[in-house]
Amino acid sequence: MAQIVTLAEAISAAIRDGDTVAMEGFTHLIPHAAGHEVIRQQRRDLTLVRMTPDIIYDQLIGAGCARKLVFSWAGNPGVGSLHRFRDAVENSWPRPLELEEHSHAGMANRFAAGAAGLPFAVLRGYRGTTLPAHTAGVADIVCPFTGETLTAVSALRPDVAVIHAQRADTQGNVQYWGIGGVQKEAVLASSRSVVTVEEIVDRLDPRPGAVVLPWWAIGYIAVVPGGAHPSYALGYSARDNDFYQAWDAISRDRQRFAGWLDEHVYGRAPAGHGSRSVTAC
Amino acid sequence: MLTYTADEMMTVTAARSLRNGMTCFVGIGLPSEAANLARATHAPDLVLIYESGTIGSKPGQVPLSIGDGILAETADSVVSVPEIFNYWLQPGRIDVGFLGAAQLDRYGNINTTVIGPAYDSPGVRLPGAGGAPEIAGACKEVTVVLRQSRRTFARQLDFVTSVGFGDGPGSRQRLGLSGGGPRLVITDLGVLRPDPDTCELVLTGIYAGVPVSRVQDNTGWDLKVSAELAEILPPTEAELAALRDLLASRSPAGPASAGPASAGPAPVAPAPVAAAGVGD
Repeated sequence: MAQIVTLAEAISAAIRDGDTVAMEGFTHLIPHAAGHEVIRQQRRDLTLVRMTPDIIYDQLIGAGCARKLVFSWAGNPGVGSLHRFRDAVENSWPRPLELEEHSHAGMANRFAAGAAGLPFAVLRGYRGTTLPAHTAGVADIVCPFTGETLTAVSALRPDVAVIHAQRADTQGNVQYWGIGGVQKEAVLASSRSVVTVEEIVDRLDPRPGAVVLPWWAIGYIAVVPGGAHPSYALGYSARDNDFYQAWDAISRDRQRFAGWLDEHVYGRAPAGHGSRSVTAC
Repeated sequence: MLTYTADEMMTVTAARSLRNGMTCFVGIGLPSEAANLARATHAPDLVLIYESGTIGSKPGQVPLSIGDGILAETADSVVSVPEIFNYWLQPGRIDVGFLGAAQLDRYGNINTTVIGPAYDSPGVRLPGAGGAPEIAGACKEVTVVLRQSRRTFARQLDFVTSVGFGDGPGSRQRLGLSGGGPRLVITDLGVLRPDPDTCELVLTGIYAGVPVSRVQDNTGWDLKVSAELAEILPPTEAELAALRDLLASRSPAGPASAGPASAGPAPVAPAPVAAAGVGD
């Protein structure tokens, strides 16, 4: 049942050290502010799950929050490498990062299986690639009806899903639209959930293509205007492509990254209910 | 004298390969630039599909990411990520998949995961699979766009992320891959197509001013050359103007051509090429 709280309260209540956490968002609606709160609260030994870990996961990894990453594509979209991610994998800095990697289709199906309460999903994929040799939770399966060999992938059941949405109403129904990624599946596959929203309204008016997650399927809601920045919330903000490009230089150097964290994450009071728009990412 | 870069030649060639009315599953970076150039020139009804779930996107500029707002706002339909892969890609509805790569072998298999020496201690950690394995598996045909060098055209892949023709004839059938595999590889030197009998990539087209020996020198295996090697026409003034307009309109300005598959080590700087243009 949805509780509307501050962001700090939501993260404190929902996420514990050692949890498996899926902060989802497919370029759009990425919960950056929530990720920063996780860094500020110094959560450790997290297994981070996401199809497309980008800047916020780079920050969480560089800040030492993650023990393991479950993913299908780790990069700075349209720009290049994630340097904190690479430093962790290639040089174990600031600590070793265990990897479990899949394809997008595999990850999407794993979330869908988790949401459906099934132990695995079936797809055509992975066969002939090197992925299964390094990834647990991928296996051949024979169709009982046709005899065809397909691929089974194990379900994802995170402890916590974290997403950003455009709006919620006062009852806690959450509404988002535009590129919706795998957020619905991530929330329904997880035991707990945190949703940051641009605003809370009295009543949600219908929107073409919008997804509404009902109040009783949501854990915590926090109002964080601009909480997706440098990602965006369609109808509220534009993707800050300049920041994605600037991140390449900021993240290349450990010192510069640490300075950036100090200034923009640790140096700021936790954003909460009614907080101002996040301008410095 | 029309002056253009090798990258521009590559992008124009990739755009020309797309036919009007096709459905195209687009990776970000060079593939996206080429697909949008095709839409802006000879293929206005090219259907662009991005893995973020946007079907029929009609961006007026080249997006920086596969999830830029313009892709959703101009789409015929926006669906969830599980749906784009399960309902649209997997059954083989898409005509062509447009992919980048960090490494490619003679059978068109692709690596976008790690570059040596071992998976657990890689020299270079690349972004990983993304949507590429299933795009490579299920699209009716696949076009790969990448810059050619001995590093990228490898004798042996360090990791098979996406399957082309596997280890040769019959591989795709044995693996249950329903799509037609890589029918075209477009580089900054020329184009390659699979030999119909051996499935091995063969040089079938070459750009003006590029000697065959240079293509062979930039290939990590003994590259075969087609008996009917064709010289590919340089970009027309109209193609170049359209491409430069598209890239100039990208917000923000700046180089951003590293895609899901090409975001590896330092990209190769585009080499300027001068060639006779249509107007000369």
